[in-house]
Amino acid sequence: MASTTEIVKNGLWTNNPGLVQLLGLCPLLAVSSTVINALGMGLATTLVLVVSNIAVSMIRNSVRQDIRIPVFVMIIAAAVTTIELVMNAAFHELYTILGIFIPLIVTNCVIIGRAEAFASRNSVPLAALDGFMMGIGFTLVLIALGGVREVLAFGTLFDRAELMFGPVAADWQLTIIPEFRGFLLAALPPGAFIALGCLIALKNSVDTRLEKIAKAKASQAETGNDALTA
Amino acid sequence: MADNKQTENRHAAFKKQQRKQLLKNLLDILGAGSKLAMFALLGAILLGVTYTLTYKRIQQNEIEAVQRNLQAVLADDRYDNAPYADRTRVEPSELLGSDEPVTVYRARLNGKPAAAVFRSVAPNGYNGAIKLLVGVYANGDVSGVRVVAHKETPGLGDGIDERKSDWIFSFTGTSLDSLGDKGWAVKKDGGQFDQFTGATITPRAIVQAVRNTLQYYQENEKRIFE
Repeated sequence: MASTTEIVKNGLWTNNPGLVQLLGLCPLLAVSSTVINALGMGLATTLVLVVSNIAVSMIRNSVRQDIRIPVFVMIIAAAVTTIELVMNAAFHELYTILGIFIPLIVTNCVIIGRAEAFASRNSVPLAALDGFMMGIGFTLVLIALGGVREVLAFGTLFDRAELMFGPVAADWQLTIIPEFRGFLLAALPPGAFIALGCLIALKNSVDTRLEKIAKAKASQAETGNDALTA
Repeated sequence: MADNKQTENRHAAFKKQQRKQLLKNLLDILGAGSKLAMFALLGAILLGVTYTLTYKRIQQNEIEAVQRNLQAVLADDRYDNAPYADRTRVEPSELLGSDEPVTVYRARLNGKPAAAVFRSVAPNGYNGAIKLLVGVYANGDVSGVRVVAHKETPGLGDGIDERKSDWIFSFTGTSLDSLGDKGWAVKKDGGQFDQFTGATITPRAIVQAVRNTLQYYQENEKRIFE
């Protein structure tokens, strides 16, 4: 039904959960204050998306329509809690920073949205790919937002990377603006809203430009054809 | 007569059909319910397995985090026991800022009381309670203070975090006597401690909480090390 390239394109661009579907705004806005926080949240969400999409796709033919939603909810809740426990064990400090937002992945509408709209109607490999691409699309938006906000708010990038990558990463921090006193707005939720708005505007303007180019090409081809026939 | 019988028969058939339909519905519901229960059971098994696999590690992580903080508020050469293991809980007290029993870690040197580290709370931060670790040496000096958890505004009140500024170190070595009643306040209120630009409430709350902890220690010193 859906081709693989289409799924990839949908997740990363055309139907990006962060920029187009605008689902999961709560974690997107709340946790994207630094790149590392954003990366941790994005990867956890991706993992949940892949696991829940695979599970939902696997059981799609054996669960009747009228109980599918409660079953999806149970699958997602179990997957999130499992990942929460594993994160608490493996990345304890990052877990304490992301705090309440890890269990709140349960309420991220992207996940139940993909389960219902895609995984319950497609084969397991396609559902897995869709979950993965949607997750990566979400993660990329989170990282872009985290990057913009971290530079504006603290003047750094990749601060505290050791939380994710272990002690090797302790000196990965880049100081983009030295002696920066900080720009409070970017660190607070309103800054996140404004930055996300700018990202969405940027995406839309790129889309409009691409469309124009495509149209220009099409009309050129047409006039070329006309010239030939004439 | 015959008519009557016919109606009766029809009636019975209708009843039978109705009963059949009811039974079918019931089975339907039971089937759906048992499927739901099966998924719940599978989920519970998955969670149970993950929990047993991770809970030791999680516990260890939490202990390590507390131990790191304890090392940060106590000078290494002032104690020789394991304060984490030598902990006790004291009755809730307004001076410790909590309605629940407060954990106190006891540091000893050669078996004698060396310091007590309180899990105090500054209940009146700008965005709710600020959880602290306040270390007090046996002579009443502050050995060190750390903020364990807070929700203060980033860029304004979060200077209390030792990763953001050195402010929290300004408590080390102070005592109730050395600063006097007036000194235990932020500079804006005539005391000894700096406030932050645009944020007075947060430092004020912590200064108050540390002072109260010292007072609590003074009043309860004997009881704590019993």
